[in-house]
Amino acid sequence: MEDPQRKARTVSDRDPNLAGSQPPLLYPPYQSTVLRAPERPLIHLPSDYSDLTQPVYGHLPIGATDNDLTRQCPGGEPQGERIIVAGRVVDEDGRPQPNVLIEIWQANAAGRYRHVNDNHPAPLDPYFLGAGRVVTDSEGRYQFTTIKPGAYPWRNHPNAWRPAHIHFSIFGRSFQTRLVTQMYFPGDPLMAFDPMLTSLPDEKVRQRLVSRLDMNLTQPEWALGYIFDIVLRGDSATPFEERV
Amino acid sequence: MRAVRKPLIAIPSQTVGPYLHIGLDTEPLHGRMYGPETPGERLVLRIRVTDGAGNPVPDALIELWQADAAGEYVGRPDHDNPDPGHSFRGWGRRATNDDGWCEFETIRPGATTAPDGRRLSSHISVCLFARGLLRHLFTRIYFEDDPTLADDPVLALVPEDRRATLVARRDGDAWIFPLRLQGAGETVFFDL
Ligand SMILES: [Fe+3]
Repeated sequence: MEDPQRKARTVSDRDPNLAGSQPPLLYPPYQSTVLRAPERPLIHLPSDYSDLTQPVYGHLPIGATDNDLTRQCPGGEPQGERIIVAGRVVDEDGRPQPNVLIEIWQANAAGRYRHVNDNHPAPLDPYFLGAGRVVTDSEGRYQFTTIKPGAYPWRNHPNAWRPAHIHFSIFGRSFQTRLVTQMYFPGDPLMAFDPMLTSLPDEKVRQRLVSRLDMNLTQPEWALGYIFDIVLRGDSATPFEERV
Repeated sequence: MRAVRKPLIAIPSQTVGPYLHIGLDTEPLHGRMYGPETPGERLVLRIRVTDGAGNPVPDALIELWQADAAGEYVGRPDHDNPDPGHSFRGWGRRATNDDGWCEFETIRPGATTAPDGRRLSSHISVCLFARGLLRHLFTRIYFEDDPTLADDPVLALVPEDRRATLVARRDGDAWIFPLRLQGAGETVFFDL
């Protein structure tokens, strides 16, 4: 009989399967990793045992303004630069991913979150909540209307500022393809100093998180358009994948 | 084994950061995973997340994914659902409080069968996000009174002295699962 221990394959942050395409768990320039990153190697779970079923996530029906963060507060519109963020969700084989729930949250134009723990002395916007949701269509496409978030300071190191970003949470076909990430804006000079981005040593890999200005998506006299395409892991039982 | 190069590469993960609640903790009902008609033994599951210094992690988010009482995943297309109202979705989500705790109301999952035919002991899959986690973590919750744990093929992959970190213990009306990110008693995390 096969010894199950033989299937055990421990991986670390140096594992070639990750090979810089994903951030390490421990990255001391991002101070919060120091006491939160596990020290022991992860244990590889063979796909046979990893519950690769399609979850029925508990999302409530999407509301009419859930993907338009500029129209969520009766009586007014948020301050700031109105933008459209759109893209396509595909897997590593390029197959479109329909019916994927995408949730976003972000700071307002002044760099302030509507959150009890955000003490940045920048104004709250009475007409901006800062969260949205959408489900991808049959071709894996999604679109949000929002305002461009401001940069904001944090206390990771002296004079630390986060580049402008939008937080993204994405449900793929299984628990294995679950992804939470952040979208950045092209040309933001703060990106070079941001440890969340520099945790990815390869500039080519970092660029996968940077949206691009698109003049076809841009609406004349209304809003700049940024494309952010999302590639999710495949969840097939492909023996090994080279992740470069 | 030969490496298979996929045409595209998944985009990188980034931390949820400290303000995850705005986007992901908007629906308190996601902590209660069953409805009135859901078959199965109700249970209260309390999870506490602590860091390498033993301090609570007050800005973590936990998602659960589990089978129903019959050991079936409700999302499976071939599932002959004994719960026609789909009152049980098998999925839950909660953020931790200031003391690192979060609580789920769910049902005890049945044992499941893996594609290779092996029986998997009753378990709940856990996905953990937090400020300071550049990638999220996966772990599993088992139940201490389950007599089949010695035969579970996933627990068999875990060094014996660490298996207890995956087992919830009963405390009065609730099941308690400490989730230690780092250091003494560090929870076992999996790479899927
Ligand atoms: Fe942020």
